[in-house]
Amino acid sequence: MVPEFGHFALILALMLALAQSVFPLLGAAQGKPVWMQVGRTAAVGQFLFIAIAFGSLVYAFVGNDFSVLYVASNSNLSLPLQYRVAATWGGHEGSMLLWVLILAAWTVAITGFSRHMPEDFVARVLGVMGLISVGFLAFMLLTSNPFLRLLPAPADGRSLNPLLQDFGMVVHPPMLYMGYVGFSVAFAFAIAALLSGRLDASWARWSRPWTTLAWVFLSLGVALGSLWAYYELGWGGWWFWDPVENASFIPWLVGTALIHSLAVTERRGAFKGWTVLLAIITFSLSLLGTFLVRSGVLTSVHAFVTDPARGAFVLVFLAIVVGGALLLFASRAHRIGLGGSFDPVSRESMLLLNNVMLAVAAGSVLLGTLYPLVLDALGAGKISVGRPYFETVFVPLMAPAMFLIGVGPMAGWRKASLPNLATRLRWAFAVGLATALLVPLAMGRWSTPVSLGILLAAWIIASSIAGLIERLRLSGGSMSIGAKLGTNSRSYYGMQLAHVGVAVFIAGATLVLGYETDKEVRMSIGDTIEVGGYSFRLDRISEVPGPNYIASRGDVSVTRDGRAVTTMYPEKRTYGDQQNPMTEAAIDWGLARNLYIALGERLDPRTWAVRIYHKPFVELIWVGWLMMSLGGLLAVFDRRYRVAMRKPLHAPSSVSLLPNAGAVGA
Amino acid sequence: MMRRTWMSLVMLLAAALLALLPLTALPETATPLAADPALEERLMTLAAGLRCLVCQNQSLADSNADLAADLRNEIRMQMRRGASDQDVIDYLVARYGDFVLYRPPLKTSTLLLWSGPVILLLMGIGLLIRALRCRRLQIVPTPPGAAARARAQLLLGTSSAEEPS
Repeated sequence: MVPEFGHFALILALMLALAQSVFPLLGAAQGKPVWMQVGRTAAVGQFLFIAIAFGSLVYAFVGNDFSVLYVASNSNLSLPLQYRVAATWGGHEGSMLLWVLILAAWTVAITGFSRHMPEDFVARVLGVMGLISVGFLAFMLLTSNPFLRLLPAPADGRSLNPLLQDFGMVVHPPMLYMGYVGFSVAFAFAIAALLSGRLDASWARWSRPWTTLAWVFLSLGVALGSLWAYYELGWGGWWFWDPVENASFIPWLVGTALIHSLAVTERRGAFKGWTVLLAIITFSLSLLGTFLVRSGVLTSVHAFVTDPARGAFVLVFLAIVVGGALLLFASRAHRIGLGGSFDPVSRESMLLLNNVMLAVAAGSVLLGTLYPLVLDALGAGKISVGRPYFETVFVPLMAPAMFLIGVGPMAGWRKASLPNLATRLRWAFAVGLATALLVPLAMGRWSTPVSLGILLAAWIIASSIAGLIERLRLSGGSMSIGAKLGTNSRSYYGMQLAHVGVAVFIAGATLVLGYETDKEVRMSIGDTIEVGGYSFRLDRISEVPGPNYIASRGDVSVTRDGRAVTTMYPEKRTYGDQQNPMTEAAIDWGLARNLYIALGERLDPRTWAVRIYHKPFVELIWVGWLMMSLGGLLAVFDRRYRVAMRKPLHAPSSVSLLPNAGAVGA
Repeated sequence: MMRRTWMSLVMLLAAALLALLPLTALPETATPLAADPALEERLMTLAAGLRCLVCQNQSLADSNADLAADLRNEIRMQMRRGASDQDVIDYLVARYGDFVLYRPPLKTSTLLLWSGPVILLLMGIGLLIRALRCRRLQIVPTPPGAAARARAQLLLGTSSAEEPS
């Protein structure tokens, strides 16, 4: 019965989504407040029904209801409870359901935090989000229904890929979807602004916290995916340029461009058209990413052909969303004003240049990801595009953008002078150069790529500090340091934190690239091997039963200069009927290094192939991403987003107008 | 005669040493999995850029699949026989096509793939310059008056010290 409830709830949610899109959009166009009001109610109702549907599916998974086809193909009796819950979004149908659930949640959040916006604007935003929801709900009900029955029910379900039985799989997809779907809010704001003709600074300010929040979630999602690949796939890499990864990274790159471009639109009213276009593109790429990963088209272009209904629906839906939005944009583009003026050398131009670099990088990754698919579809041969291509293309494109991180925040709005910037940044650059020379020497071996990476990282950090010092100097001389620090906004600190996060990430990525060491050895009980100054001894190997697997677990004691450091337990797990045992690497996390042990094949009863890595500073990669996300979060909670718009105006008494010099640009 | 005896003695000694080597190594230090670590490193560097054909998306170096292990063995043998990296690549491409290469070769069908990023960059920079130029022509630079700015700032709810980016 419960799956039918879920199915029915999904149909009702579709009806409510229709109401949520039709009434507010028409109401806003014709100025009917009662119609506009429908949006809020329908949004809450839609969320409730989708939550009921989602709950029903989780219930079916928890109760092992294999009469539901989707449950039978994604779960089994031996699966532990937390992975049965996570298996809800382990396949195509369920992840679509998670997608609409999150969409509905974002919509409800908008209804709650939109009191300061004009009612017709909110109505249009809700209407556009309703339309997206209609598309997804119809897609699910017509082609990807998770509640379809399988009768007679099998006694047990199919096994879930052991790689996915991991905490990473529990949290990674929801986080990623929070980001993907979050950009639908930016999209809806952009479309609403185009529809209402209100492309002004207030639109940018309403959109900005939502867009940044979506970006925070997407950043966390990308980072979690990378972390999961690092510890779960068992060969020590942290990014593989896999199409699935690229599908989340491309929207991230464009989303990063978007949050920067929104900054200019909010502050200076410029780039309005470009910001709207970016919002449309970001969301379109999020849609593309969702479908690329879930439709199976990446494994084989022919997955589309085997399920033509699904493929056709996706293509038509994408065409409507992207095409419709772009048509609307084109028809309104001439009405978009240009905003404030600025010089070729100014913070505006630098942010625009940053946008160009990010967009070109995103375009190149997209090209590399889709190219083999297109060639294959055209019958022009099968090729692989992998790491060598992406690194050749991506790194040279991003390096200049990374350099700009140091200059941009120091440049004044409207007008900046290069000699002036050079004077103010000369110490930061000197610090960067010195660090770039010293770090490789301190690590014991010269490496030019590492030195260049460290140069960028140290440059970003030093220039951020230089910027902060300059601000403290310029803000009132009589205040204490604490009070001076307090005069800067949260979004300023958020920006600084995120930029330093980029630097930390670069440092981690280059150091591990340059100074990682590894050994692949045959180890018998009692053998020792030295890697990266640590001595590893295999003490024993025992059979350890898990909830649905049997593991061969090695006890490896680690010493350094005779002192015990830790004991590590790498495993080789065999899940039920799976042929190949899975590698469960043992990782000892440390600030300056990771020790990483992956158990290989058993060579004879007492001897195993073992691969041991010493990875200096690898965790800085994820620390950097975490700092970027926290920086974004700080910016979201900036005070000015909470100041009500309809506050009565009174004459300014203490608004000081500092000259537009240096970092204290208005 | 004398020379022959010497020779055989040396060879015997060498054989004995070789036989002893694993015995002395076994209880203490773990031995490298590969017989020739230098060759193995060369193999793995090369294999990192090659695709395991039966895997989802893994390089020949990373994969544990049987086919990947067989192919690594094949490459190892060829390298021992003195094949250069290019020889190995040629052999694999002749057998499996360009699909095996993670760095697609430059040919007519991949021309757009390799030139695409450069074209995108030139287009981006071109559009940027054009946009900046158009702005300068269209906008009459009028800095907002102090009163208007104060009003705007009040509307924005910020003091002028605050500045997001």
